[in-house]
Parts: sequence; C-alpha cells; structure tokens
Amino acid sequence: MNGLDSAILTLITFVPAAGALLLVLVPRRDRDIRVFALGISLLALALSLHLPDHFHRDQAGFQFEQNVPWIPAPNIHYHMGIDGISLWLVLLTTFLTPLCVLISWRSIHERVKEFFILLLLLETGLIGVFVALDLFLFYFFWEATLIPMALLIGVFGHERRVYAAVKFFLYTMIASVFMLAAILWLYAKTGSFDFTTVQTAIRGGGVEGMAAAAPWLFLGFFIAFAVKVPLFPVHTWLPDAHVEAPTAGSVLLAGVLLKMGTYGMLRFNLGLFPEQSRLNAPWIAILAMVGIIYGALVAMVQPNLKKLIAYSSISHLGFVVLGIFSFTSAGLNGAMFIMLAHGVSTGALFMLAGVIYERRHTYQISQFGGLATPMPAYSTFFLFIVLASLGLPLLNGFIGEFLVLSGAFQARTWWGVIATTGVIWSACYLLWMYQRVFFGAVTHAENLSLRDLDLHERVALWPTAVMALAMGVAPLLWLNAIAPAVDSTLAPFTQLARRVAR
Amino acid sequence: MTPNLHLWLLPVLPLVGAAINGLFGKRFNRRAVAAVALIFSGSAFLIALWVASQLPKMSSLPHVETVAGWLRAGTFRADFSFYLDQLSVVMLLVVTGVGFLIHVYSVGYMWEEGGYYRFFSYLNLFMFFMLVLVLAGNYLLLFVGWEGVGLASYLLIGFFFLRDSAAAAGKKAFIVNRVGDFGFLLALFLIIQHFGTLDFDKVFAAVEPYQGETAGFGFLTAIALLLTMGACGKSAQIPLYVWLPDAMEGPTPVSALIHAATMVTAGVYMVARSHVIFERAPSALMVVAIIGALTAFFAATIGIAQTDIKKVLAYSTISQLGYMFLACGVAAFSAGIFHLMTHAFFKGLLFLAAGSVIHSIGGEQDMRKMGGLRTRIPGTFWTMTVATFAIAGIPPFAGFFSKDEILWRAYQASWAYWLVGLLTAFITSFYMFRLWFLTFFGQYRGSAVASHSHVQPAPGVIEVANQRPRVGEAENAQARGLSGTPVQESRGHEHGGIHESPTVMLVPLAILAVLSLVGGWIGVPGSLGGSNRFDKFLGPVFRSTTPALTQEHERPAESVPPERETEGAEPQTGHGTELVFTAISVITAFAGFGLAFLLYWKRPELPDQIAASFHGIYQAVANKYWIDEVYAVIFVKPLISVSALVFWRGIDQGVIDATIDGSAEGARELSDNLRHMQSGNLRSYAGWVAIGATGVIAYMLWVGMR
Repeated sequence: MNGLDSAILTLITFVPAAGALLLVLVPRRDRDIRVFALGISLLALALSLHLPDHFHRDQAGFQFEQNVPWIPAPNIHYHMGIDGISLWLVLLTTFLTPLCVLISWRSIHERVKEFFILLLLLETGLIGVFVALDLFLFYFFWEATLIPMALLIGVFGHERRVYAAVKFFLYTMIASVFMLAAILWLYAKTGSFDFTTVQTAIRGGGVEGMAAAAPWLFLGFFIAFAVKVPLFPVHTWLPDAHVEAPTAGSVLLAGVLLKMGTYGMLRFNLGLFPEQSRLNAPWIAILAMVGIIYGALVAMVQPNLKKLIAYSSISHLGFVVLGIFSFTSAGLNGAMFIMLAHGVSTGALFMLAGVIYERRHTYQISQFGGLATPMPAYSTFFLFIVLASLGLPLLNGFIGEFLVLSGAFQARTWWGVIATTGVIWSACYLLWMYQRVFFGAVTHAENLSLRDLDLHERVALWPTAVMALAMGVAPLLWLNAIAPAVDSTLAPFTQLARRVAR
Repeated sequence: MTPNLHLWLLPVLPLVGAAINGLFGKRFNRRAVAAVALIFSGSAFLIALWVASQLPKMSSLPHVETVAGWLRAGTFRADFSFYLDQLSVVMLLVVTGVGFLIHVYSVGYMWEEGGYYRFFSYLNLFMFFMLVLVLAGNYLLLFVGWEGVGLASYLLIGFFFLRDSAAAAGKKAFIVNRVGDFGFLLALFLIIQHFGTLDFDKVFAAVEPYQGETAGFGFLTAIALLLTMGACGKSAQIPLYVWLPDAMEGPTPVSALIHAATMVTAGVYMVARSHVIFERAPSALMVVAIIGALTAFFAATIGIAQTDIKKVLAYSTISQLGYMFLACGVAAFSAGIFHLMTHAFFKGLLFLAAGSVIHSIGGEQDMRKMGGLRTRIPGTFWTMTVATFAIAGIPPFAGFFSKDEILWRAYQASWAYWLVGLLTAFITSFYMFRLWFLTFFGQYRGSAVASHSHVQPAPGVIEVANQRPRVGEAENAQARGLSGTPVQESRGHEHGGIHESPTVMLVPLAILAVLSLVGGWIGVPGSLGGSNRFDKFLGPVFRSTTPALTQEHERPAESVPPERETEGAEPQTGHGTELVFTAISVITAFAGFGLAFLLYWKRPELPDQIAASFHGIYQAVANKYWIDEVYAVIFVKPLISVSALVFWRGIDQGVIDATIDGSAEGARELSDNLRHMQSGNLRSYAGWVAIGATGVIAYMLWVGMR
C-alpha cells in the first residue's frame, strides 16, 4: 500500500475543513469566497474519486486504513478506513457538496463567508462520520456535524428558523447521549474504542457482563440512529428542519445527514450486536413500515412543497431500515443503494424546491400551478427527478426499492406485502404534487414571467440527473463494491440463523 | 449455429430517436423532427421484419441474447437479456408495424400542434419501452418495459397539459397502473423466493415438473393471481379499467397506438408469456376467464350510451381486451394473441379514422354533432367501415376469425363463457354500427365548423339531429379548405370546414384497412376449410408444456390445430358443431347491425323513447355505473382526509409534537422553578443546605437500618 492510500482518507476529510480555515482569512469579497468554496469542494471530490478507482472490490474488510495512537489515556486512536458500505457514502458527500455551493451561488447573499465556512465544516464532519473506525472519533464527528448544521438552519433559514434549529439540535443531541453511554460502557469493558477490536472482543465472547448489557447497548446505539434516520415516531424534527433550512442545508441534511443514522445501524447495531438485532428486528421493521406508509400519506396532503419532500424522505428511509433489518443480501444491498439513490434524487428535489423558492419566496404548492409553461427546462428536470424518486425502472430509485422489497419479502412475506404498497403511495404524492405545481394554466399572474433555470442551476442539476440515470442503468458499478461488505456484515446472521434452525 | 441477431438494436433505435428529439428537437423544424422520428421507428420495423425472416433459420427457440449484467444481490441476478420466440415475433411485428404507421399518421395529425418535438420524442420513447417489454428475457426487464410504457402513456395522455382534465387523466392512469404493479411486484418476489431467478427460460424450466394445483391454492396459483392483478391494471380489466376511458384525453394517435393497439395488450401478452405458470393454476385461469368475460360484457354495455366517439372506442377496447383475457382464461392463448393482433389492426384503424373524423370537423368529438360525413370524407369513411365490420365480427373481416375462435374455445370450457361472449358480440356490433350511422349517415348535425367553439349541451342523442344543419356554410368552408394550403388544421382552432385528411394520414388508414380485412385469413379454422396457420405458428410456444389438467374443460391441446383437437373428446361432432357456432356468431353480428340500422337509421326517434322509458338503466349506463364516483368515495376521499386529519394534524402535530413541545415546556418550567432556588439570599441557601443534609442523613440511616 503506497503512501497516498493510507493518507487519502485524512486528506479527503480535512481538505474542506482546511478550506474553511483559509476562508476565515479571505477578505469578504463574496464572489471570491464562492469561487474558493467551489474550488475546495471540487478538490475534495477529485480526491475522493481516488477511492473507487483504487478500491479492491473483491475484498470485504476495511481499506485505505490509517491507524495511529492519538491519545494514550483514554486509549483513543486516530483510526480511519472504509469498506464497501462507507465508500459510496463518502463519495455521495463529496458529490453533493459542490452542487450545494453552486445552488447557493445566488440565493445566499448575506454573511456569505460564514455560510461557506459552515458548509465546508459540515462536509468534513459528514465524511469523518463515515470513515472513522474509532468509536470516540466517530462520536466526535457525529456530534461535530450538529453544530454547523444547526447554525446553517438557525442563521440562514427562513421564518421559524430558530425553533427548527433548536428542535433539530436538542432532538438529535439528546438521542446521541444514549450512544455515548453505550460507547463508554464498551470502552470500560474492552479497554478500547477501536471498532474492530471491540467487534472482535464481542464476537469472541470475552466481554464481561455482555449478556446482560447487550440489549441496552443495542438500544443506546439504536436510539441515536433512529432519531437521525428519522424513524417513526421520532421524525417530527425533520419536516421543520427542512422547511426552515436554506437549500444547501436541506440538500446535505436529506442527502447525507440522514444516512448517518442508517449507516450507524448497519455498522454498529448489526456489526456489534447481531443477536440483539435479530431479537429487535420485528418491532423495528414495523416502525419502518409505518414510516413508509405514514410518511407517504402525510406527504400527500402537505400544502408545502418542502415539507412534502421531507415526509417523502421519511418514507424512503423507512425502506432503508426495513431492508437493513431483513438481514437478507437483497435487503442490505438494496438499503445501501437506496441511501445513495435517495441522496442523489432527494438532494436534487431540494435543489429544485430551492430554485422556485428563490423566484417566488414561498413553498406553498397552491401558489404555483402551470409552471410548465413559463419554465419548461425546470419542469423537465423536476419530472425526471420525480420519476427517479418514485422508482421508475432504469432510474436510480427502482434498484434499491426492488431489492429491499424483495429482501423484506424473503424475510417475512407480510413485510414485503405491506411495504410494497409504498410503490402506490409514492406515485400518488409525487404525481399529484407535480400536477398541481406544473400542469394546467398559470393561475397566479406573477408566475407568468418566471425565468427558467440559469447557468449555475443547470450545472448543479445536470450531474444529479446523469447520476440518477447511470445508477439505474448500471447499478453493478456500485453494487459490486457494496456486496462483499454486505456479505461480511451478514455472516454472523447466517450463523445465527443456522443455530436457531438447529 | 445460432446467429447473433443483435436484438438490442430493436429497442435502442427508437430510444436514440427519442433522445435526439427530446434534447435537440426544440431547435429543429417540424420536418426534421418528423424525419428523425420516422427514421428511427421505421428502421426498428425493418429490423423486426429481418428478425422475423431469420426465424426459420434458428436452430433453437427460444433464442436468448444477453447483452450485459444489470443487477445482482447475493445469488440473485438479472441481466439485460432479450428473448425471441414466435410469440415475441408476433408482438414485434405488431408493435413496430402498427407503431410505424401511427408515427406516419401523427406527422399529419399533429402538424399544427405546439410541442411537436415533444410529442415525437415521447412516441419514440414509448416504442423503446414497448419493445423492451416484448423482447425482455426476464420478468424484471419485462417490468422495465411495463413501467416505461406506463410513463410514456402518462406523458402522452397529459400531452395537452394546460387542460386540467388531461393532466388528471395522466396521473390517474399511472396511479391505477401502480395498483396493478403492486401485484406484479409481489408475483416477482414470490418467483424469486421459489426459483431464485426471474429469467424466463429458467423459471419456466423450473415450473414444468410441477403438477397442476387443482386441489387448492398453491404458490403457483398465488403467482398467477398476482400476475393477473398486474395485467388487470395494464390491460384495463375490472376492477382497474377506470383509467382507460380518461386516457382519451391524449391526442388521438396516442389513443390508437398506446390505448388500443399495443400497450394495453401488454397484460394479455404477459399472461400468455407466463402460460406455463397459468396452466398449472386452474383456479387462477378461471379468475382470468371470469374477469375477461365480465369486463367484455360490462364495458360493452357502457359503450352503448356514450356520445363521445373516442369514449365509445375506449370502452370498446376494454371490452375487446376482455375477450383476450377470456381466451387466456380458457387456456386458448394463441387465440388470445390472434385477437390481440387483429384488434391492433382494426382498433388502431378505428381510432385513427375517428381522429380523421374529429380532425375534419375541427375537433368535435360528440357524435350527436356529426352525421352525414360519408360523402365529405370518403377515404375516412371507407376505411372506418372496414374496421367497423371487422370489430363487429362480420366475415371475412379479420375480427370475425379471431373472435369466433375465442367464442368456440370459450364454449368448450363452459357454455356460460360462450353466452356472455356472444351477448357481448351482439352489443359490440350494435354500438359500433350506432357509431357508424351517427357519424357518417343522416345529415350533418354540427354547427358550421368555423364557429364551433360554443358547444350546446344536448340532452338526447337525436334531439340535435333534428336541427337543420347549415350545409351551405359548411360546404363553402370545405371548398375553402380544399383550395387552401395543404397545412393541417389544428383541433379547436379556426377551421377551414369539413375536409378530408391529407395523404400522410390516409395512407396509414388504407394499410390498416387492408390488414383489417385480410389479417384474419392466416387463422382460418379447419371447420371453414383453412388450417389455422397462426395457431400452428405459435404452437411451439404454447405446446412446450402440457400438464395433465384434471378439469375437463382445461384443454391442454393448445398446439394441436382445432380440427384435430375436437377429435379427441367428441370425434363425431367436430366441424359440424363448430360450424353451427360460427353461424350463430355471424347471425349475432348481423343482428347487432340490424338493431343499429333500426334505431339510428329507420326510426331515429326510438333511442330517446327507449332511454326515457328505461330511465334508471339508461342513466346508470350513461354514467358508467358511477364507478368513478364510487371509487372516489371509497378510496380517494377517505385516504386524503385520514392522511390530513388523523395522521398529519392528529398524530404528527397533535400527539408527537405536542408531547415533545410539552416536555420542552415542562423542562423549562422545572428549570424556572429551580432558578428560584438561586435567589442570592443567604438564608434561603442555608435552608436548602439544611434540607439537603437532612435528606442525606435520612438516607444513611435507612441504609444502615437494613
């Protein structure tokens, strides 16, 4: 392994933060700041492209690892590394951030410098969460994402931004405390924060008191992740946060931040506590299915475009959780794929919502109507992403949905049956919304003269459209890196199943 | 050696056309747009012809070509693979042939409409997905085409998106189809669960050893029923047919191509493709047959009372699809496909001709405002006449042979199927000739075309007929139209008068008319001195498995030509019986004609009187039995109000958020109270210390005493 390979994750993670630091020094010339932020985010993207290029797709374990002692007491390591699960989440983050910069080009015109500093710090935090293999480091990044995100909402948001920011912060902060407790318990018993060490210790059965503590440890992690996902019924922070957040905040919130929760479930709940995962799967799956249907139905009746997309995220993430807790290969592969597909298409949906907000300063669907006439390019992009989002085959949404549903069906027939109704609901809320926003005659005079997409917006939207198509047509490019990691995550479960069968 | 036919080219060519027009068409002129669309759909047709010509050379059928892997999870994988056998060749020729003709027609029909490039891009996109559907080598790829044609249908129904009704109809079509897709997906999951693959060849090979599930409800029956659910959505069968009449909001060529000739038959194709599964699930077959028979009858009755020419044809399509379902349900798959093909000819033609009629009188679709068009638009009249005779089942037109084969096979399964089918045939003949008389005979009842923008509501059909048509004005207008520019008039625009459609529209009509006449001759049954070559051609597809079905009427001898087929069970009654039934069918068809002749030619005042004396029934039929309204009350409205009031306002805001805000409020109050402790007052601090100390001491005492 050459030098770049061991340092690459550090580079990708901290290039945005370094850029943010440099931005502090840059004089307040808004244009320069934007260009600089774009450059930094593109640099991080370029660096991250090294990963899939050099990733060994047939290997299951962690790659690009870097593991150096950081603090001797307590024993904290600076341990980074990725497998097929985290690889694409890093790429998703670096893919979306430049688009966020572009989409904020015009919409952010006050405190530009602070905005982009926060955005870049957020990127570092998000990447860190996915690459950290030391539980302490993970927790550090986990909480580190909270601050820039809460500030982005609270400072750059809309009318009720402070309420939304505080709700977001408290909701997820309180839930994280349970995870911290679980992490500290594990450290106390194993003497290590290192993920692989802890995992080996637990699997070896040598951790004292594990049998009694395992249910609580599982729950500790799970609560933190469930709030982040968010799983019904702890989802109510999300619609408020989205509605108030600036566009770039929403894109990263829905696109990446929510996946911290599902990533955590895959990595920690399944990775550390397979037996507990099995025991708890029934009620978790029920919550996930409630989320799928409930999220879709509530989305259907939202008068606010952004809230509609927010509730649709709850529905989509329900699929992810269901796939994870089906413990099937199809379910896990599909769950991973939905995470990526949802990141791309919902990120794009929020960008599109931002485009119209900038022109009309409202998200109320009743304020639109007939927009296809003044804004043909916009409506075409919107339709494309709507189709991707409702799972049209050959676009990205379908692959994951099909795999997850197939996996859920294998796990328990009625899970598959209930969850598959989701394909009806998603068509209902998305197409109804699309009809109300774009079709018919223009009903509000001010909509007649709306300008269509400008260059920045087009440049920001095209990559999402291309990606949505590429992921739908050639999903193997992604799946073949995911599969080995999924297999190794599932290995304990097949053993468990065999033991149960016996 | 099996040659490589490059089957992937077939769908990809129209896709390229769609991409070119979709991305750059805005900058092209109409000629260029039309050229692109025609070249790419036409070359697909040529390749389809070439592929069909290669068929006899193939050493083994079905022939599967795998282009690339698509997705994989665990041991499950699905590829981009294409599957060619006799059945897919028939579908290929129908889709590309009729599809190309309708492309040609559309060049003229849509000439004046805005969004010309958009229209042809969608139309080519439809061809792409439809070809994926019929060529797919596994259920998942079939599902790609299945959903894709649904998308094209959504886009094209809503083509005139400024009209709210068009936008709503497109959405309705998609969502209702999704209900069917729900069943389809579950069927796929069941197949995966039992066979671990979705490839046709592997699944069918794995199914073959199974015996028919005659005793009860096995997993094959479940799969078949779920597939049926999907087919009911796409092929507009009860209870999911409600989207198709609304789909008439789309431009008429779209109705012809998608909602008559090709897409809506996808469900029939899928059932026929899955015949190996269905043959082993007799109860599922029975469900298919019953759905088909009921739909055929039910939709036909609605067709009687419709006044919109396209709505009549829409219900007629639903009804004819019911026949195809009935055929599949009695395991007469090749008869179903035969009717699928002839129906594509004559129903495609009916829609195109209706489009030509609508076009000629400036966008009017109400038959009460037509009449007497026979002499004004003779080309349209004659082609439409052929199609009407074909659908009515009058020999020797195409529809006669296919419908008669279905009725005969239905009779062999159960006389009840046959009777419903026969009644439907009578109604079909009646409402089609009603349409024919109302449109082409009598006197023109419309207002002068140029000023047709105001539409009078007419309560009865005939009332309007008695208005004196302003013939002179119309003729003047026609003269102007003939001497004017060859440019086509747009629907609903200022109009030059009643005029025949241009050549580019008439040629496809003529070709389809010829096909509607002779298309049935490849399936002449033995009883009429033919050899049913169509049935023999498809034989290998449907013969491949013939399980011993215990039910008597489930005749496994699909591949055996009919003349020998009857020899087994009832050798003596063979051709004689069949001929009697044929005669009954023909008489029925003429009876329908006779009734229409009586009511809409001889005694035109009668329909109103009948409608008045059977007011209740008439209202029920004219209002399509209020099914849309019932669905709205049962499904749509409760769903929306429960979502809004119970879930969102109730649970989300009322329970969860209230709890959280409440606990935040509680925490604030608590800390408010705690804040009062820090009063800065020394004595109160001392007091708190004393209370605390007392507590500690009490605790220690309690611990010590234990």
